[in-house]
Amino acid sequence: MPASHRTRHALRYLPVLPAVVLLLVFLAGPVLWAFHASLTNAGLTGRHARNPDWVGLENYQRLFQDPVFPLSLALTLLFVAGSAILGQNVLGLALAVLMRRARPVVSATVGTAVVAAWVLPEIVAAFAAYAFFSRDGTLNQLLGSVGVAGTDWLYAVPMAAVVLANVWRGTAFSMLVYRSALGGVPGELTEAAQMDGAGAWQRLALITLPVIRGSIATNLMLVTLQTLAVFTLIWVMTGGGPATGSTTLPVLAYQEAFKFGDIGYGTAVASVLILIGAVFGAVYLRLLREQRP
Amino acid sequence: MVAAAAMVLAACTPADPAGGDRTIKVAYQKTDSFTALDTMFQDAKKEFEAANEGVKVDLQPIQANDDDYGTKLALALRSPSTAPDVFYEDTFKVRSDVDAGYLLNLDSRLSGWGDWDKFDAGAKEAGKADDGGTYAVPLGTDTRAIWYNKKVLGAAGIGLPWRPSSWQDILDTARKIKASQPDVVPFNMYAGKGTGEGSVMQGFYELLYGTGAGLYDPDSKKWVVGSAGFKDSLTFLHTLYAENLAVPPAEALDPNIWKKVFGEWFPKAKLGATVEGSYAPSFWQKGGNYAWPEYGQDMAVAPFPTQDGTAPGAVSMSGGWTLAVGAETKQPDLAFNFLTTALNARNSLAFTVNSSQIAVRKDVAADPGYQSGNPFVKDVSDLVAVTRYRPATSDYPRISAAVQEATEAVITGSRTPEEAAADYDAAVAGIVGGDKTIRK
Repeated sequence: MPASHRTRHALRYLPVLPAVVLLLVFLAGPVLWAFHASLTNAGLTGRHARNPDWVGLENYQRLFQDPVFPLSLALTLLFVAGSAILGQNVLGLALAVLMRRARPVVSATVGTAVVAAWVLPEIVAAFAAYAFFSRDGTLNQLLGSVGVAGTDWLYAVPMAAVVLANVWRGTAFSMLVYRSALGGVPGELTEAAQMDGAGAWQRLALITLPVIRGSIATNLMLVTLQTLAVFTLIWVMTGGGPATGSTTLPVLAYQEAFKFGDIGYGTAVASVLILIGAVFGAVYLRLLREQRP
Repeated sequence: MVAAAAMVLAACTPADPAGGDRTIKVAYQKTDSFTALDTMFQDAKKEFEAANEGVKVDLQPIQANDDDYGTKLALALRSPSTAPDVFYEDTFKVRSDVDAGYLLNLDSRLSGWGDWDKFDAGAKEAGKADDGGTYAVPLGTDTRAIWYNKKVLGAAGIGLPWRPSSWQDILDTARKIKASQPDVVPFNMYAGKGTGEGSVMQGFYELLYGTGAGLYDPDSKKWVVGSAGFKDSLTFLHTLYAENLAVPPAEALDPNIWKKVFGEWFPKAKLGATVEGSYAPSFWQKGGNYAWPEYGQDMAVAPFPTQDGTAPGAVSMSGGWTLAVGAETKQPDLAFNFLTTALNARNSLAFTVNSSQIAVRKDVAADPGYQSGNPFVKDVSDLVAVTRYRPATSDYPRISAAVQEATEAVITGSRTPEEAAADYDAAVAGIVGGDKTIRK
């Protein structure tokens, strides 16, 4: 009977309904609201605060002519490439591989140290990183104790400082993902390769990595999207400065929307950021799909 | 994504927790170094609740710096369900917040309030909007001057009391301090984006308004670009920082540098002078954040001179804060009555003295308790005669940021004063449009 068949068909989706509703309300809702606001001249105060006018793509036009935008975009990509794709991802994999070979005591100690940074709330981690890199901070004191003159890290190399801080803070996640992925690599496979005379690097490159390819893509997607959105860490450490030296897109969006009270323009920046996240997401999803025969 | 989410969260509003009709919500700023206002509202709450049975005053202090307080307040005001009934409002936001429809017109209520005549006429202007109506009641004002350490200047052989008559005088004195005490910062002037509005209010504007140039031309309602005064002011900052008469640029850009100025360098005689607000004693007096019993003897005040001493010979900038009533309050009368309780003579006096404000009520100004509040009340109050206000238009925050960028570029040496001035001119044209600028 087609009618009861259709009912049963519909009922099958019932369990996912709450999840879908939650996603719509808390994910699609804000995204749509931000996109809508970016097409208006809504402000925090002034005439357009409560009665914004529709301005079409004016905010985007302004954004693409703004000399800060390409710089900010480049800094965002640098931040993601440096701290997520290279930093957290590669370092997490290296730690996971090494920990399998290390003695349990060493492995547990390293694991605890790495996870400790991840457990900290973002604001606490940000202040800790600030205290480490600042002028009178831990790093300069350590350097001073061995007779090396430090510098003003947050001023001289702001991007390097925030990238390192984000690597420190986020590597634990990649490490945990890869530890569990490596646990799933069949022992016979690596043993067989070893019997055939494959060295350690060859086994890693030709056996282990292809087997855990799905985990790599998933991990890359998660850390990339998380890193794209990092705001607190940068805001606390450098405030986006000096000048615009570490103004990534989230910092730019915040400054425009809340410091200059231009909600329309700020949400335009945020919408572009969402778009970049979507592009990264699509690329990784493709990677995930390709691995299936 | 975080920014987008934050905006949405700001747009969503929790249900009104009070719900009832007889509760007044009061929003104001409170920080670990600024508790005078909290004290004032606590007192006013007791007084008001005792006098009005069944009325509850719900105090909602917002723990944030000036910038963040402004943002949080504006977000709360966007929706009638989160908007406070009475709130602490920066004078330079009054106009744009009236434009936004956030503030209640108080004209009819003020005319029935006996104390209103006791407010200084100049201070009342700060609460007026473009339509001529009054929307906010001033709480206090401030001025800016040079604060200097007599020990440091004395050790450099400078005659006291010091009263520089020109910019050159400041540089000469700073060089003498440098020569006699190499480990002392001779003359600090805030600059760059780190100190935000402080860089311009107690820094660049004292220079700019002493050159005869200005930021905004009120007659034509246009922003001034290309002035010689702007370049000269940047050149002065450049000289100060390039000759190491101020702090190293990296340190100047630290948002917390003012804490070192008040808490460390002045008390330890590590700083000759700086430009700061009339509220400086509030940090040093008993109960202040950086209590320093000897500040009355060690410190002194001098007006900031004009570029070459031309009349009136001194420059000062003023800001100040007000109390306002929310436009959509459900009980405007009760809210206004609470405002008048908070600002009555007794509460005003206590607040003015505690936070080292310049009085805006004539009866408070005449009170011996105010005049002896700190040793510098007369010095800083006299500057009201020469003081200036910021152009309070909604473009101002961006213009201010452009000025801060220009100062940052010259103190770090990344741009020459001429280049930074040209960058500023281009930035202003970009912000307000070329037709809203005027070359002077």
